Amino acid sequence: MSTTTSSGTRRISIDPVTRLEGHGKIDIFLDADGEVADCFFQVPELRGFERFCEGRPVEELPRITPRICGVCPEAHLMASAKACDEVYGIELPPTARMLRELQYCLFYVTDHATHFYALGGPDFVMGPESDPATRNLIGVIGKVGLEIAGKVIRCRQWGHEAAAIFGGRPVNPVNAIPGGMSKPLSAEERNRLDEIACYMVEFAEFTLELFRSVVLGNQQYVDLILNGPYRHATYSMGLVDAKNRSNYYDGEVRVVDPDGRELVKYPPRDYLQHVAERVEPWTYLKFPYLKAVGWKGLVDGKESGVYRATPQSRLNVADAMSTPKAQAAYEQYFETLTGDRSGKRPVHHTLAIHWARVVEMINAAERALELVRDPEITNQEKYRALPTRTPSEGVGCVEAPRGTLTHHYITDENGIVRRANLIVGTTNNHAAISMSIKQAAQGLIHRGVEVSEGLLNKIEMAFRAYDPCYGCATHSLPGQMPMTVRVRAADGTVLAEGRRAARGSDNG
Amino acid sequence: MNAVSKAKVAMYWAGSCGGCDISLLEIGPHLLELVAAADVVFWPCAADFKYHHVASYPDGYIDLCLFNGSVRNSEQERMARLLRQKSKTLVAYGACAISGGIPALANLATPEELFARSYTDCPSVDNPGGVLPRTETESLVGELEIPHFYPQVLRLSDIVEVDYLIPGCPPQATRVWEVCQAFLGGALPARAHEQLAGCTDKSVCDECTLEKRLVKISGFRRHHEAIPEPGWCLLEQGFVCLGAATRSGCGALCTKVNMPCRGCYGPSGEARDQGAAFIGALGSLLNAELEARAGELIDQIVDPAGTFYRFTMSDGDLKGHR
Ligand code: SF4
Ligand code: SF4
Repeated sequence: MSTTTSSGTRRISIDPVTRLEGHGKIDIFLDADGEVADCFFQVPELRGFERFCEGRPVEELPRITPRICGVCPEAHLMASAKACDEVYGIELPPTARMLRELQYCLFYVTDHATHFYALGGPDFVMGPESDPATRNLIGVIGKVGLEIAGKVIRCRQWGHEAAAIFGGRPVNPVNAIPGGMSKPLSAEERNRLDEIACYMVEFAEFTLELFRSVVLGNQQYVDLILNGPYRHATYSMGLVDAKNRSNYYDGEVRVVDPDGRELVKYPPRDYLQHVAERVEPWTYLKFPYLKAVGWKGLVDGKESGVYRATPQSRLNVADAMSTPKAQAAYEQYFETLTGDRSGKRPVHHTLAIHWARVVEMINAAERALELVRDPEITNQEKYRALPTRTPSEGVGCVEAPRGTLTHHYITDENGIVRRANLIVGTTNNHAAISMSIKQAAQGLIHRGVEVSEGLLNKIEMAFRAYDPCYGCATHSLPGQMPMTVRVRAADGTVLAEGRRAARGSDNG
Repeated sequence: MNAVSKAKVAMYWAGSCGGCDISLLEIGPHLLELVAAADVVFWPCAADFKYHHVASYPDGYIDLCLFNGSVRNSEQERMARLLRQKSKTLVAYGACAISGGIPALANLATPEELFARSYTDCPSVDNPGGVLPRTETESLVGELEIPHFYPQVLRLSDIVEVDYLIPGCPPQATRVWEVCQAFLGGALPARAHEQLAGCTDKSVCDECTLEKRLVKISGFRRHHEAIPEPGWCLLEQGFVCLGAATRSGCGALCTKVNMPCRGCYGPSGEARDQGAAFIGALGSLLNAELEARAGELIDQIVDPAGTFYRFTMSDGDLKGHR
């Protein structure tokens, strides 16, 4: 969409930015030569969850915090319940722990599938510069055919059936509580979940095949991934189990440097020693960074404390995958991208996050199948434990699909929340996303190059790879505004911008 | 496809968690029927239509607009007004759009307190200079702006006229599909005044399968403190459950997994104030002798404001402190 302003400059709007969760805004500044001088990604929202969690009974937080994000409510549900376990000092009975991980893995597959098919995938299936009217799930369905569409819909539908089996409600399930789960699993429910998990494995493998043929089978896309303006060598963060394999529900936080060497591995409750958040006056979203390295601004490299916490980062920190099919997919991924199938050398190509996401889908589905077949999963007693200790403080951490998610609560002796702190998935990636958008803008916008809708969509692709969720990221921030891209000349005049004049001319 | 005769549908999120958008996807296979019967002309979560498309549509171009999320800033207000203008039928979709929803719990605090918790008085923050986000910042290359905020979380109906309300957090997919079909089949008039859809005037208790033994409540417990006896009404067991004061439509989903209702479908019957309706319903569950102690008993309920008004803090007089 291109118009001419009264001053004769060209104005292009891509407002709002689409196929992501929530809202944000980008300002691109061009210098006198028509090159990108600087680029700011701004997030303008506050909902104040930290503040209004205060005063609530802590056991209600697993029912309240999932409304930070209705796309990944299970991530908040689990992180919150884990923080509650610690607040009450409850050792989770084994079945309770397995049930939570099972529920979480099935959610993981479903959530990754949503991103792959509805949010990020259309750019590849339909093409980055295809007609925007069909560059969406419906276009994808039209292109891939009803049979494949049926598979995708079934994955989502069965995923939500699984959520409802555990948590009553398909969106915003309510079953994880301090000490475990609100109900045990019946044999009948287990059988159904077994069927669902089997299907998820099959579906995840199918998705990898589709990725191979649609994306890797297209030299243009391979070029875009490997040689396009989409690469940042940063630190990587993710949860790992005792054998340094990916785990989404539990484990220690491992951080590796841009060369793949371990910087630190710590239990989630120590997060304040390792991560801090910068505040900038021009955005409502904070910038987390690694304290051991320090904040050097929005730059990558070993000297900069910027890290990423994405599916790709989780593969980078993992020495191996915990399941066989995922391990094979992991090796193929690293072999292709670094030439080293061991995974010791990290991948930094932003668009390859899509691929890593599919590897994780397979892993989560296989893990779900293992858990659902554990004879203890239907134990009718060990699904919850009652608190016996006086509540005080707790940290709960899971890998949200969009990054390491930490809930930290302090309560009084009645379990009423006094303080809450949350570092959510997308926020971890805030600095990196800002850098990726700028890099794409700088790589794509040059003097004489037409700033087409397709070109601007390629800038959008830089953040879409992260599957960002600004519903989550802005849990603590005021109001909300859809993402705007604005291109400005060196003197500040707007060359291209969103239509919305959020300029303080508000009547509120 | 015959674009001329197809209905035009839009979905928009304002101050929302995205769960409402997901709930529309939850209609599953019906999604294919929906897109066969209607063209999606705006849905930021899922399709690349931009504001300039919406602005270019003639007034009333959109047949059915599902608006989810609350209104917390002028931008959301602008979108509410724009979509009202462009839509024949405007639906407040979900608890946030209808009555503020969970984010309206923020109405219990001031914006200054919300800011402090996020940017200065927060354990992970590294902000020695006490920097706070500003609506306008001068950078080396130019001025950067972010929007202003309203002191309160508002409902969609505080801004524009709303035709229908589809309650729930989020609304349940089967109900949503019923309402969509009613619209597409012409069974519902385009204009109405805040008419409820996708729910009934009964209460969650009427849909709940747990047995009422007509046992009087003798005290309250929190759900993590005790394991409920299966099959028995949670409220009678002393767990605060808002089912009696909540309109039905969800199918009593929470009680199916032993969890008490928190009232996401909003107040049942004629009630406007869900908390008052709950206290009223409680009366009949206390015997005469306990009734005299009702106040005492109710004092055992921790956090009544955050429990009784979990989803309705933006309603009427409940708009927190200003
Ligand atoms: S009503 Fe519930 S699901 Fe919908 S936007 Fe609000 S919090 Fe999310
Ligand atoms: S039982 Fe209550 S809180 Fe749960 S979905 Fe139904 S109305 Fe909402």
